Amino acid sequence: MNVLTHYETPLLQSPFHARTAAANKMHSWGNWGGYASVLTYEDLAMEHAAIRNTASVYDLCPMVKYRITGPDAAAYLNRLTVRNAAKLSVGSVHYTVWCDDAGKLEDDGTLFRLGAHDYRLCCQERHLPWLLDSAFGFDVAVREETEEVAALSLQGPTSAAALSAAGFDVTALKPFRMADFPFGRGRLMISRTGFTGDLGYELWTTPDLALNLWDHIFAAGELLGIRPIGSDALNLARLETGFVITNYDFTPAQQAVREDRARSPFEMGLDWLIDWDKGQFTGRQALLAEKAKGSKWAFVGVEIDGNISAEGAVLYHDRKTEAGVVTGACWSPTLKKSIALAQVERRFLAKGNLWAEIYALRELHYAKLMQRVRVVDRPFFAPDRRRATPPGRF
Amino acid sequence: MTAWDILVIGAGHNGLVAACYLAKAGLKVCVVEKNDWIGGAAVSRELYPGFTYSNCSYVNSLFRPEIMRDLDLPKHGLQILPYEGGALMTEDGGYLGMFRDHDANRREIARHSKRDAEAYDRYARDVLRHCRFIRPMLMRTPPDPASFRPRDLAELAWLGKQMFGLSELAMMDMIRFWTMSIADYLDEYFENPAVKAYQAVGSIIGTALGPMSPGTAYVLLHHAMGDVDGNVGAWGYSRGGMGGVTKALTASLRAAGGEVITGAGVDRVLVKNGRSHGVVLANGDEVIARRVVSNMDVRRTFLKHVEETELPPEFVKRVKGFKTRGSSGKLNIALDGVPNFPALPKGAPNIKGDLHFTGTIEKMERAYDDWKSGHFSADPFQDCMIPTMIDPTMTPPGKHFMSCFVQYAPPKIEGRDWTDADRDAFRDACLNQIEAYAPGFKNLVLHVEVRTPRELEAEVGLTEGNIFQGELTFDQLLFNRPVPGYAQYRTPIRDLYLCGSSTHPGGGVMGAPGRNAAAEILRDMKLPAKDLSDAYPVL
Repeated sequence: MNVLTHYETPLLQSPFHARTAAANKMHSWGNWGGYASVLTYEDLAMEHAAIRNTASVYDLCPMVKYRITGPDAAAYLNRLTVRNAAKLSVGSVHYTVWCDDAGKLEDDGTLFRLGAHDYRLCCQERHLPWLLDSAFGFDVAVREETEEVAALSLQGPTSAAALSAAGFDVTALKPFRMADFPFGRGRLMISRTGFTGDLGYELWTTPDLALNLWDHIFAAGELLGIRPIGSDALNLARLETGFVITNYDFTPAQQAVREDRARSPFEMGLDWLIDWDKGQFTGRQALLAEKAKGSKWAFVGVEIDGNISAEGAVLYHDRKTEAGVVTGACWSPTLKKSIALAQVERRFLAKGNLWAEIYALRELHYAKLMQRVRVVDRPFFAPDRRRATPPGRF
Repeated sequence: MTAWDILVIGAGHNGLVAACYLAKAGLKVCVVEKNDWIGGAAVSRELYPGFTYSNCSYVNSLFRPEIMRDLDLPKHGLQILPYEGGALMTEDGGYLGMFRDHDANRREIARHSKRDAEAYDRYARDVLRHCRFIRPMLMRTPPDPASFRPRDLAELAWLGKQMFGLSELAMMDMIRFWTMSIADYLDEYFENPAVKAYQAVGSIIGTALGPMSPGTAYVLLHHAMGDVDGNVGAWGYSRGGMGGVTKALTASLRAAGGEVITGAGVDRVLVKNGRSHGVVLANGDEVIARRVVSNMDVRRTFLKHVEETELPPEFVKRVKGFKTRGSSGKLNIALDGVPNFPALPKGAPNIKGDLHFTGTIEKMERAYDDWKSGHFSADPFQDCMIPTMIDPTMTPPGKHFMSCFVQYAPPKIEGRDWTDADRDAFRDACLNQIEAYAPGFKNLVLHVEVRTPRELEAEVGLTEGNIFQGELTFDQLLFNRPVPGYAQYRTPIRDLYLCGSSTHPGGGVMGAPGRNAAAEILRDMKLPAKDLSDAYPVL
């Protein structure tokens, strides 16, 4: 009577699994939010190159999705998140974050306004109790709909051309806007969004149409260099553009066992999202206080001397005093530099003179390096094509 | 006659831990045990041919890994096996499974409540915060807040630093948590009755309180602060049964030159001029020792084996008031095969873990109501395990040993002693409950060992059958355990120490009381504590 298979498939399969599994030549799977998610299909360098050179397809299904509907949806989201959700026009998307009462980050995500009273919130972690409790006093319904949506990210210079070839004209679609198309027996929503900092789109449909969508897009992109990419390649691209990932670059407040690990929007360089004039929102008092008093931490993009990726490196001031930690790093194939994202204590940031302690394992012996670190603006890489409307010819 | 440096009364896990550390420090150590076997409440016996039981304690998580390492227990045969999952079966024929994988577990909870599935992060964070607070205290002697000795002041300062290292909100939450009921605590996170009932399991085990009684939230923590190889809150089996713990300790003790004498019950502790110098055994033999360490609970030690006239009346009064109310019993069952629980999916790993038949907190509380009126629970709470689903050493292949921990069972039935008829009725209530969830179960039963508080007291020596040698309520913890002024393992009798679970940090097969007692004895003897590790610093 109990038909349950958790123990047989502890990792859920996405609606695209038949295709992703067939393409996963390296059998390289990771766990993303309880889904089997491809790390590298075949060759990391080739997959990263597809993002910057042609068109890449990434299975987005494991991303957690909530649907927020009702007459108070905008007011509710204004209360929940730091950005102004009421100003978001129907058919638009914005990046946002939300905090606990102490002004510490719970997650970041993208908010899609599908209708006047209809939003979708996409994020990394799970928040249903928080979202429901935040709805006290608002006429809204909050529903977790992760498994009801099938989504692909199509990113790269030829992505618009691939969509045109697929019969979806997105030439007029501006960044952070959405368009809706008939597809099969259902609909396909295309948003000009992504996590690569390049020209790109995200495609949203229902699970029953998932495999058709995959086949259709790959057929259309065949002459445009389309290839599936795994999380490893996407991670390189997101580092090159300087995007953060919850639980990689900061520990969300609702999971931070050690109280001092939680970070505020100021401390993650995300305070630009805050709309101070929209009225009350969760964490506002604490954030105002922090604004007046100053923050302990800062989050920065850095370039590091040398050719070795500084993943997990400890940062020092003046080579001696511990000043922070690298949260994400890579040798950027696009920029030909060693880049990193890092949490740094503000008092050291002002002084400069930052160094990274890097251990390069070479045939079982470490080359121990102390490399100069320079804080630079993010995004590290921001090609014009990411914003050009209509998209240029590759 | 040999004069020992140290005589330990009782070969339970804490007595043996203390004995091992002291023997390693070069002392001549002897452990005397009244039973013909070693183990106390961490014991494995073969009561049915070919079947090894875990007769009392049945799972391991709390035993401090620092002690395992200090005493080289794995080398002496200790092996801890993590177990998979578990399940709570509900009256409607359904179940709530527990899985080791975080996401599988979330999906399982989501089947009952989508909200609760996603509430788990915050709940786990908060419980782990409480664990992180208390864990460093386990292997430290509690400060005496009234002594003003430099060492106590330093220890109080350390405690204060732990407390004031928290944010204001966390501090308030901590105090609430230590005093509230598990039912109230879980209501703050979860909505589904089965989810709450499962989480509440650890909050009543060994405790004469119901899930709605204040203080039960802490008991949950006591069961959640252990770990298996760093996996905090996880539980495992000792390979070969819980006796594996005391067997390894005994081997370690012998390797360090110590001795264990079984069948040597203590009649009384010898006291002269307020100083202990040995014991008189039940057979009349005197055993002389420079120091005596009692692994018996504080009530048994002082109300049965020390002349009351040797003790300050205030101390005796407090010892008499120390709560050791028994709340549990146990069935150890030899099975002819695997029981079939139709609620569980075939092949699911849940049967390898803890099994419960109490689907709501209310049902647990009703079981407690029976205890209050002096009866064992008609519809009891059970924590059942079939370790032989994982451990191949305890039974012949295809046969199984099932351990059923049962609440509630009072120390006395309506104020009178348990009779054999009571015991049999208790057994039947438990077996009938399992039968209801596993039809045909009773036909598999080859042998049952039934242990009510009466048997636990008579055989293991636990006063009133309290498995923790005293309740783990806030009034009986830290510097108030067992009684104020005597929380540092010393007693009003010089050279007589306590090392059992009556002392800080309390019960469970943890070993910390024994280790801490050894540390205090070494301090009194001005010997270096070089073989005692401090708690691992990172959690």
